[in-house]
Amino acid sequence: MEQKRRRPLRGVTLRLALCALLTGLILLVAVFAPLLTPYDPYAQDMSAALQAPSAAHLLGTDTYGRDVLSRVIMGARTSVFSSLALVAIICVGGSFLGVLCGWLGGKVDTVVMRLSDLFLAFPGMVFAIAVAGLIGGGMVNAVIALAAISWPKYTRLARGQTLAVKSAPYITAAVMANNTPLQIIFRHILPNIAGPLLVTAALDIGTMMMELAGLSFLNLGAQPPTAEWGSMMSKGRSMIQTSPWVVLGPGFAIFLTVLVFNFLGDTLRDYLDPKRRGVRSE
Amino acid sequence: MRRYILHRLVQLIPILLGITLLTFAMMRLASGDAVEAMYENLGTSVSQDIIDAKRAELGLDKPFFVQYFTWLWGVVRGDMGTSYISGQRVFETFVSKLPNTILLTVSSILLTVAVSIPLGVLSAVRHNRAADYVIRFLSFIGNSLPNFFVSLLLLLVFAVKLEWLPVISTGGGLTGLLLPTLTLTIAMAAKYTRQVRSTVLEELGKEYVAGARARGVRESVILYASVLKASMLTILTLLALSIGSLLGGTAIVESIFLFDGVGKLAVDAITMRDYPMIQAYVMWMAIIYVLVNLCTDLLYRRLDPRVRLGEEG
Repeated sequence: MEQKRRRPLRGVTLRLALCALLTGLILLVAVFAPLLTPYDPYAQDMSAALQAPSAAHLLGTDTYGRDVLSRVIMGARTSVFSSLALVAIICVGGSFLGVLCGWLGGKVDTVVMRLSDLFLAFPGMVFAIAVAGLIGGGMVNAVIALAAISWPKYTRLARGQTLAVKSAPYITAAVMANNTPLQIIFRHILPNIAGPLLVTAALDIGTMMMELAGLSFLNLGAQPPTAEWGSMMSKGRSMIQTSPWVVLGPGFAIFLTVLVFNFLGDTLRDYLDPKRRGVRSE
Repeated sequence: MRRYILHRLVQLIPILLGITLLTFAMMRLASGDAVEAMYENLGTSVSQDIIDAKRAELGLDKPFFVQYFTWLWGVVRGDMGTSYISGQRVFETFVSKLPNTILLTVSSILLTVAVSIPLGVLSAVRHNRAADYVIRFLSFIGNSLPNFFVSLLLLLVFAVKLEWLPVISTGGGLTGLLLPTLTLTIAMAAKYTRQVRSTVLEELGKEYVAGARARGVRESVILYASVLKASMLTILTLLALSIGSLLGGTAIVESIFLFDGVGKLAVDAITMRDYPMIQAYVMWMAIIYVLVNLCTDLLYRRLDPRVRLGEEG
């Protein structure tokens, strides 16, 4: 029994290390993108337009003769940073609201929960398209649009978790020790509910990346000439018959990146949730 | 029971009022002007006088609440106005796109269920064996594929390389439906297979299953008569959510395949700032939202008699 418990744990830890390595690699590419690009991602060269992948241009060139690989690398920066920022905003903002609801209860709680019901039930992407369409394109606006509709997930989770720990003896002790509510929230509640929130956030990165790219694909996110995977694919889609590499490069980039972040989320969940670990070890 | 349903339908009214007022406000506050966008789309540049005249014609120069109530009064009388872009009646245009979206919703939900339930069950039953690993791997891949990439890959394979289907579907017909359905199914089936697997797995670990096994009930009977039935509740909730969002039109997929549904209509309306059309779309979404939730609750009650609906009993 003891040994059985141990083995999957080691497996998960190994997986976590692998995830950390891959995620680190992606982050490095995003941070050092300008140094890694073999060509200037924005330099147009009409004489080299739509060249098939070759030794000089590993992923070929687009309609303006720009190197697709360089643009894919540069796009990593746009996609990774914007989705990380987005997830950070909704995770911190949503959770804070949730903790507040759980702690305060009463009218605030009721109003915020009704609102979050509405947002949760409405198909998110459609709503994001509407918001992005109305406030205008641009990556920042796309992030705002998605943030506006995706916070309730965190609010609900944080609220539920807060309610669960609220009645714990250590909270009562903290209240009796004359701590201010803010002290209690930051010092006692947040550290105890951070795990599930973190897992949700990690699992959300991939999804948000796809949705941001989706908005860009519809011209509601990154605007040309910004190198962004979704908009690169959108521009390349009419050339799919003659030069599919314009689409395939950014396509596989987003697929692999999302894959890594999803893998990270899954692994983090298995790692932090002992119950699931038990299920796996059966 | 009837009272309950009626009560829920009455709730639709404040939701509709709220959501339309909200979009109305957002559209007016938004950057960019409908009339300027309209002329931009026509490719003509016109003088400020013409723009002002057009605005007056559309009532866009009036105060916000006057505009809203004019529109609302129209809706009450069954008139949703005319599209700024095409000049067609909004209601008729919108309704004409519905059959396509409904068709796509039905076909992709059916295919998703047909794929994900057997795979999910198989994966759960063969827990931690080869079949399970393969299925989990595939669903993991499917979960990480953005549907616009799937669309383009399918186009590349079926239309460009194999030349089985036209690159641009001529709308309607089985061939036009095939690729959008496949695209949506890949994403949904990946999600559902995982869900079915974990629900069935959880159910299989319950005591009544051990009890049934001990009494010598056949494994297939346990699986189909008890476990699957108990798992349906979770799966139906998810399906209801999916149906809701599919009926809202799948903006990206419909646009890529030039599939003439409400999703594409909505994206076009949004990018061209066709206010009356956007309003119609938003109302449609609110109606779906309420109806889908109502249907789920009613279905719950049928499947699980322990569930009591708020208004009765």
